[in-house]
This record gives sequence, C-alpha cells and structure tokens, in this order.
Amino acid sequence: MLKSSSSNAMPASLPTTRTLVLECGRAERHYWRDIWAYRELFAILAWRDVSVRYKQTAIGVAWALLQPLLTMIVFTVVFGRVAKLPSEGTAPYPVMVFAGMLPWLLFSSILSGASNSLVLNANLIGKVYFPRLIVPTAVGLVSLVDFGINFVLLAVLMLWFRFVPSWHMIFLPLFILLAMLASLGPALLMTAMNVKYRDFRYIIPFIVQFGVYASPVGFSSSVVPAKWRFWYSLNPVVGAIDGFRWCVLGGQSPLYIPGFLLSLSVVPVFLWQGIGYFRRTERTFADLI
Amino acid sequence: MANEIVIHVEGLGKKYVIGHEAQRERYVALRDVIARGVRNACRMVADMARGHIVVPGDTVEEFWALKDVNFEVKRGEVLGIIGRNGAGKSTLLKILSRITEPSEGRVTIRGRVASLLEVGTGFHPELSGRENIFLNGAILGMTRAEIKRKFDEIVAFAEIDRFLDTPVKRYSSGMYVRLAFAVAAHLEPEILVVDEVLAVGDVEFQKRCLGKIRSISTEAGRTVLFVSHNMGAVQSLCSSAVLMEHGRLAFRGSPQDAVQVYGCDRTQQFEVHDTGNWSRTGTGEARVISVRLESAEGNAQTLYRMGETMVIVMRAEFPNEVNNPTFGVNIVTDSGIRVADCRSNHYGVEIGTVKGVVEYRARINSLALYPRSYSVEPWVSNASCTSDYDWVTNAIEFEVSSGPNFMGGANVNSSHGVMFIPTSWAVYPVRDEYAGNLAANHHGAQT
Repeated sequence: MLKSSSSNAMPASLPTTRTLVLECGRAERHYWRDIWAYRELFAILAWRDVSVRYKQTAIGVAWALLQPLLTMIVFTVVFGRVAKLPSEGTAPYPVMVFAGMLPWLLFSSILSGASNSLVLNANLIGKVYFPRLIVPTAVGLVSLVDFGINFVLLAVLMLWFRFVPSWHMIFLPLFILLAMLASLGPALLMTAMNVKYRDFRYIIPFIVQFGVYASPVGFSSSVVPAKWRFWYSLNPVVGAIDGFRWCVLGGQSPLYIPGFLLSLSVVPVFLWQGIGYFRRTERTFADLI
Repeated sequence: MANEIVIHVEGLGKKYVIGHEAQRERYVALRDVIARGVRNACRMVADMARGHIVVPGDTVEEFWALKDVNFEVKRGEVLGIIGRNGAGKSTLLKILSRITEPSEGRVTIRGRVASLLEVGTGFHPELSGRENIFLNGAILGMTRAEIKRKFDEIVAFAEIDRFLDTPVKRYSSGMYVRLAFAVAAHLEPEILVVDEVLAVGDVEFQKRCLGKIRSISTEAGRTVLFVSHNMGAVQSLCSSAVLMEHGRLAFRGSPQDAVQVYGCDRTQQFEVHDTGNWSRTGTGEARVISVRLESAEGNAQTLYRMGETMVIVMRAEFPNEVNNPTFGVNIVTDSGIRVADCRSNHYGVEIGTVKGVVEYRARINSLALYPRSYSVEPWVSNASCTSDYDWVTNAIEFEVSSGPNFMGGANVNSSHGVMFIPTSWAVYPVRDEYAGNLAANHHGAQT
C-alpha cells in the first residue's frame, strides 16, 4: 500500500517537505495521521451531503419528520394495542417506542448511507487521492443532523404526553456516540463489500428491515424471555437502545447490566473487523469502482 | 538544488487481472460469485494439489497496463508524457497521484503532489459556484484558509462573479469548465500532475489555460507532469518528454525528439505522401498525392478529443484539365464501417476548371465520433460523383479520445457506438393515473 515515511502526511498544499514511497503491498504507516490531515475534507464532504439533502428544503425536512412519526404510530398500534406488549414502567407506549427509534434510525441510516457512499462518490475515488475512510464516516455526521430533527420530535412528543425526563438525560451524548460506533463497524464492512460485490446493495435494505424487528424498537427489551435476554444483547443495537431508554425514561427503564456489557463489548469487535477489512480492501477501490 | 531528483520511478508495473466472466456482467455480483465459487473451488483444490498458483475466476488473463517503467524527474522539470490511447499514460498518472497502487516496483516522490486528472472533480450540480469552489478546492487538497485567501483571484479568473450564488447545474458548459479550471490553477503544489484537461472550453480559454500552466511551470522549483495529445502544447510547454508504448517507456528525451519518434510510427504520421504503395481505385484523371491532418490552428495532429476541430488537408494532381470535379473524404472506423462521406458538392462548392496540383481542405468543426482509431479515405470524382477519378483507402489514421462534458466527458467509450449525438436529458415523474393508462394500453396491445 502507500506509505508516507520520514515526515508528516499532509494534504498536498500544506507546507511540509516529505518523501512519499509508493509500493505494492506496504501498509500505510501514518494512516491515522493522514486521516487527521484530511479532516477538512471530511467536514466539507459531510457539509455537502447535508446541504444537498436539505437544499430543496420544505419537502426534505417534512419527509425526515413524517417517516419516524408514522413508523412510531404503526409500532404503537401493532405492538402496544394489538399485541398488548407492556411499556417500560408507566411511560406512555409512544414515548417508549420513539426513544428506541432514535438510536435505531441513527444506526440504520449510517448503515445504509455509508454502504452506498463510496459507490455514489465513485468519480472522486477514481480521480483524487484521500483516505477512503473519510467518505463512509462523513455519512455519520449527516445522520447526526437527521437525529437532531428526530430528537426535537421526541421532545414535542414528551410535551404532548406531559412526560418529564429523568436526570439520566445528561448521559445521552455517550449513548449517541455508542450508537454511532456500533453502526460504524458493520457499516464499514458493508461499504467495502458493496464496492467489491455490487449486488450487495440489494441485501442492505433487507438487513435494515430485518434489524428493526430483531432489535427492541417497537417493544421493550424486557419482554424478551429472561433466559434469552443475555444472548439477545449480542446485537450491538440492543445496548444502544436500552441505554437511550434508560436516559429518556429514567427509572421507568432499568438497565439490564450483563446484557448491556455484552452489547458494549460487541461494538469494538465489529469496529475492529470493519476497519480492518476496509483498510485491506481500500487500496483496490479505485480499480474496482 | 536544481538537479535534485523529485520523482524516482523504478521498475514500475501495474497489473490488471481480467476475468473473462466479467464480459458477461457489468459488475461483480455476489450471486455469481457464490455460484462460481462452488464451481471453482474444485479447480482451486486441484491447482493447489498440483502446486500451481491459485487464481480466482473462470478463465483469467493478466494484463500489464504498465511494465518495467523507469525514469527520473528533476526539480523544475516540465515533463510531457505522450503516447497512444491505452499506452499506459493514465495508469502512470493514477499511480503517481496515489489513486491506485502499483503491482510491482516503487516510486519515490519528494514534495507535495497535486493531481489534476479531470476538470471539476467532485463538483456538485445542486451547489452554488461559491460552495463548489470550497468543495473542489478541499478535494484537490487545499486548506480552507488557502481557498479563502485565493477566492477572489479564482472568481476573477473564472469570470463568473455574477453567478457566484447560482447552482452550477444552471451554468453553461463554458462557465462550468472555466470555474473548474480556475480552482485547479490556483493550487500551489511542488509537483503538479496534469492530464489532458486543457482541450476543454473554447479556443480563447484553452490559450489562457496553457498560459497559466506555463506560468506555473516557470515558477522556481515547480515540477509539472503533463499528459497530452496536443503535440504543439507538449513541444512548447515541456522541457523534456517521455513516449509510452504498450505500457512501457519507449523514449525519453527532448519533446521535439519524442514527438518525432512518436510520428515515425506508421499510424501516427501527421502527413503522408503517395509513395506508390497506396491502395487505390479510379480512372486516374486525378491522383491524390498527400494527406495531412491538422488542428484548428493549423498544427499537425493525429489525436483528437471528441468535440475538437479537425482539418484534413489534401493535395491532388490533375494531369489534364478537368471541369468542376468533386472532392471528398470518407471516414472509416478501424473495423471498416464508413462513418461519413464528406463531399464538396454537398455544399455546392463551385470549383471550376482545374489543372496541376490542387490543395483542398475539409474542416470538421466538432468531431462527434466515439473514441477509437479511424482512417481517412480521400477521393476525387467527377461533378456528379458517378465516376471516381481516384480513391485512396486507408491513407492516414487518426485517433479520437474522450472529450469535454458536453460530449459525454470521460464516460464515453468505443463500445457505445460510432457517431456521438450530443443530447440533453430531462426526466419527469409520471402521474399515477397516466402510468395506469399506459399500462392498460400496453396490456390492450398485447391481447
């Protein structure tokens, strides 16, 4: 692979003299420093995606609001009314569902956004060098903006039901980070797979659709039978969703600690695998895309 | 300092593996990979048992786009890289600009590299000119502060100040190209890698681009690598040149020599004279004696970009006086398809009585041909084109490479057809009831 030795790996125009050795199969020694040096590109790509998405604003924002709202109503009716599943403590069912949907939407939008990002930016990959990791991770920032909009919706919902959140709310940023990290690992795996096997993109919506039912989005994870609950937490989203509910619903939603720790430990494993696979395949992207 | 080597290329090679199954599919599909995997697993096990190298794919062919390339570039040098389509120039530039990694050999580069393989990389049509300057600048490796500092200069160079906040999708192709080049021209790397970005925009703007490149390259310590099909530009801009042929370095020397070596290749001759071995038919009342291909400015040229102007200059000798002949030239693809039969009498050109040697020129204002090799067949006939005086087949060849965005940009290739027809596109959603009607009609037609 590419290696920049002896001094700083900086974008082309920063004033440093360096020697760059291009050779086959040599690992990038300053990979992370290189990514840091390209942070401005990271920011500007994220800004581009956000700005393009909300350029034709009225409909863009309305759509971002309508989708989670309708999903929440469907889940409340199906799981809460028809299946008569219990909520968390005394929390209203819609609030419980929405508190779980926030991290899920963050997770799933990063997953599907990132996995298509390299293919969508194929023209860049083929014409300019930059650490490829920037493109799928920039999607994370875009999803965060959508998350912000949904969060306002949650606040409105809580006002409507006159539900007072607990002091646990102060830990929310940590769980946002957890949800993002949890999605990044699988997202990078899929991004790389998507470049290599173009029909992989047909699988991604299926994974997302399946995931919404496999994760405790429409129901509380406390309805999972006790003997399965620990292994259920192998799904890294379970940890993020439970954490969110613990923050938003407070004492109504106690955290199941062993399961949460399992979820927490799955996240770095995925992340490690995802980044590893991405870096191994990164050098061939330009030839494949 | 002046003799310091900034780029050192040793034994560079780039291998592409062409799996022949890839011809059936435009992209790799997991479904096929799984099916093929089962099929090939047995073969691989057999290969391993016999001690062969294991390669994936049904039938696999290795293709070396670059092989054993060695050269050095000194600080301040302006190196032209010339060669036919597919000679490996673009692959070389891609390796030097870190887009793809070499399969063998190594490149050592001292200094910051910026590459310009395309004008307007990453431009987003929905964003305004102002936003695109920042986006494109960042993609090319400029910092935000640097772009801010040069912003006014870029806008002035591009002459788009009135449209700064208009989305670039509303720009004319000329404005688009000017803006894109303006951003790129304000890069300040130590080593600049430029690929064929000059032959875009109008002639006036091309001159300014060339002038800008010249001023960049004359600044102290600036090294430029410049790939072009424009021999005139290579000769006037570059201090040295390399000629690539079939992925190898065929020649390294002065640009004048390189262009000459290039021209010695039979198919790359700019001008051919009848040496008696032309294949021809006709009555002999006229004989074509030479053919020469030129650019709009009158420079000899056999490589054109789509949309460029081509001038075919022919000479014919009339032994006896002939009244009102028709001059013509056919353009034929490398697979023998006649693309066009251009004739003077289509335009009612009155030629009158001719005798002796006559020069005639056909000017093609916008070469709307897909990238590939073409041959030229000059001919002369009587006024009504019923009797050919002379008709030479395969007199000279020229090559077309991809052109500016309004001619499909870099996306077009020879598999798309022969004649390129510039199109504009519009896509609208169809209302449901209308779509339903269509479906109903379609159904009705079937039954």
